[in-house]
Amino acid sequence: MADTGSFLQARGVIKRFGGLTAVNKMDFDIERGRIFSIIGPNGAGKTTFFNTISGIYRADEGSITFQGNRIDRMPPETITAHRIARTFQNIRLFGSMTVVENIMIGAYTRLKQTPLEILFRLKRFKDEEQHAEQHAQELMEYVGVHGLGNELASNLPYGAQRRVEIARALAAEPELLLLDEPTAGMNPHESEDAMHLFRRLRDDLGIAILLIEHDMRVVMQVSERITVMDYGEKIAEGEPKEIAANPRVIEAYLGRGAASGLSA
Amino acid sequence: MNTHLHESLDKLGKRLNAGRVPYAVSGVLLVLGTLLVYHSPRSILSFLVFAISVSMVYFLKMNKTVKLLLAVFIAVILVPILGARNIFYLEVIFQIAVFAALALGLNIVVGFSGILNLGYVAFYAVGAYLWGFFGSQQAFLLHAIPGTAPLDTPFLLAPEWFYIFIFLGIIAAAFVGLLLGLPVLRVRGDYLAIVTLGFGEVVRQLVNNLDKPINLTNGPQGITPIQRPPLPQGVVDVFNAIVEPIVGNKLTISEFYNILFYFIALVVVIAAILVTQRLDDSKIGRAWTAIREDELAATAMGIPANKMKLIAFAVGASFAGGMGVLFAASRTFVSPDSFNFMQSIGVLTMVILGGVGSIPGVIIGAAVVIMLNLQILQSFSLYLSQLRQSEAVIPIINFAWKNLSTQLDPAKYQRLLFGIILVLMMIYRPAGILPAARRKRELKNMDAAPEIDPPAEPATSDKEQNNG
Repeated sequence: MADTGSFLQARGVIKRFGGLTAVNKMDFDIERGRIFSIIGPNGAGKTTFFNTISGIYRADEGSITFQGNRIDRMPPETITAHRIARTFQNIRLFGSMTVVENIMIGAYTRLKQTPLEILFRLKRFKDEEQHAEQHAQELMEYVGVHGLGNELASNLPYGAQRRVEIARALAAEPELLLLDEPTAGMNPHESEDAMHLFRRLRDDLGIAILLIEHDMRVVMQVSERITVMDYGEKIAEGEPKEIAANPRVIEAYLGRGAASGLSA
Repeated sequence: MNTHLHESLDKLGKRLNAGRVPYAVSGVLLVLGTLLVYHSPRSILSFLVFAISVSMVYFLKMNKTVKLLLAVFIAVILVPILGARNIFYLEVIFQIAVFAALALGLNIVVGFSGILNLGYVAFYAVGAYLWGFFGSQQAFLLHAIPGTAPLDTPFLLAPEWFYIFIFLGIIAAAFVGLLLGLPVLRVRGDYLAIVTLGFGEVVRQLVNNLDKPINLTNGPQGITPIQRPPLPQGVVDVFNAIVEPIVGNKLTISEFYNILFYFIALVVVIAAILVTQRLDDSKIGRAWTAIREDELAATAMGIPANKMKLIAFAVGASFAGGMGVLFAASRTFVSPDSFNFMQSIGVLTMVILGGVGSIPGVIIGAAVVIMLNLQILQSFSLYLSQLRQSEAVIPIINFAWKNLSTQLDPAKYQRLLFGIILVLMMIYRPAGILPAARRKRELKNMDAAPEIDPPAEPATSDKEQNNG
């Protein structure tokens, strides 16, 4: 369709909740294989925008295209099939299932087994299940939770749950990965590991990553481009250095007058 | 107190499963149970010993082939022969099989997918009335006033059609399940429970009132006679030749039908178990569990939640449809009374009691409820009424049994009893008798579990999800 050159492209996206405009006329572009961040104060509309991309919310106005396909009218499961996967701000693993099963659920859109193959346990089904299980284990190793496959997801410590959630998203074989505050609640050592993982995802697998992040240290170190949101609108966009020096950004974070105080 | 109990149960379990002990225990129990039932076929105690010995074969750790052979021996040889001694047992086992299949079907909807369905018995009615209509004379009585059937009315179909109608019942109920699923998917939680409850009542009222303008269901009187599948005389003779010397008497035709329906129910319930197990351990079953756990996250993982819920409804309903056909034929009679709300609750009770989401659990649940209903409460009632007629007096308080009120009849307190049992279960064992357990896979790298820091306090957990 229109402009096949771009990877993810949002134009004039508006999302309202009653009288509140949570996302207002967002224009937004992501290029293939790079790490982007969205930052902004609490309530700026970052997660709402995320949910609009991944299909959990439907945009009231505007368009979102991904690799040439309009995705803003698709339900979330179709968007995942189009290779956008995500994690959640407040970890949403399937607690009563094991880690391996959680990751195999991530691969749902990639499994081709039919009811007939399932009921009669045909060879194609067995092969596919075995392959999915093996792939899940490789992903566990990749994100650093190997050996925990048979643990119930709810029994894992916090940091490991975050990793499993990323592994689950990776099982969908995404080309764009949406991570909602992936280092929240991590200690500096853990977030260092996480940053390392993000870079590996980009460099080894060529996955583009869109981060929502509060930890400025992580944002500044890992992202190639940053978008700043406040009151539902994009107030700045640029490379980390530009953003750090942008007076509007400092104002949004620290309040009016702070920018002049800092630059003085 | 609870942990103490658990510890001693654990110890007992370990002792029972050591070395050759399980073979000895289940063997001795099985022989004992068989002899007891054979010797005193009317005693509830001997039946319980037999039931426990059968469950031991399932639960104790033994070689899989041994278990399978024992199970086949029990199901194909032991039960029919013991059943011939007291045909009532076959009735009990038949009902357990029927309700086990219903519970398995409801378990797919409630247990796996987490959709509360309070009108499940409607699907059972669909199957029952399907064969009730096509397997009886009803098609020729469409314009007759209920109860005025001429004696020479022919049957619509030959009795052999029964076997085909088991499959048709499965398909019809699955279709009705889809129909119910479509509107139900728009509502959630409490509202969904109400809608399904309403659906169950709608179906019951339909069969209750569809005797006019054309008489499809014969109204509250129900349809009878409904044909049973044919019994070839040759099979009857052979079986009688084998069984007569053991049992001591020839079996009547109706007793033969008990044995036949036992076998058909067994086949259907085994099919239901296989289907449930295989769906559970596949992409479909994982999707159901994911939807139950967190529907939003499930859709974000690419699971089409509505489609999967529809499949759950259809598969769950299909079990009930198949068993409905069997029920109609075995009773030769269907009426709206068999499909009331309490029946739906009864099946739900089996699922909750046995263990929501657990396949062996819901089967045990069905067995416990049916045995309590048909056997234990009844025989307790009988015992009390015998006491009433005797001259016995309770010492110390000097209470004569014959003064005991006739209102005190345990069989009448069935629902109270189930209520109490359910409340106690919810307090002490909320996951059921045999809770569902996730399958452990044989994974590599199991020895290399890494050291992981203790859970850090999530710094942002108290923030709202959607306002970021």
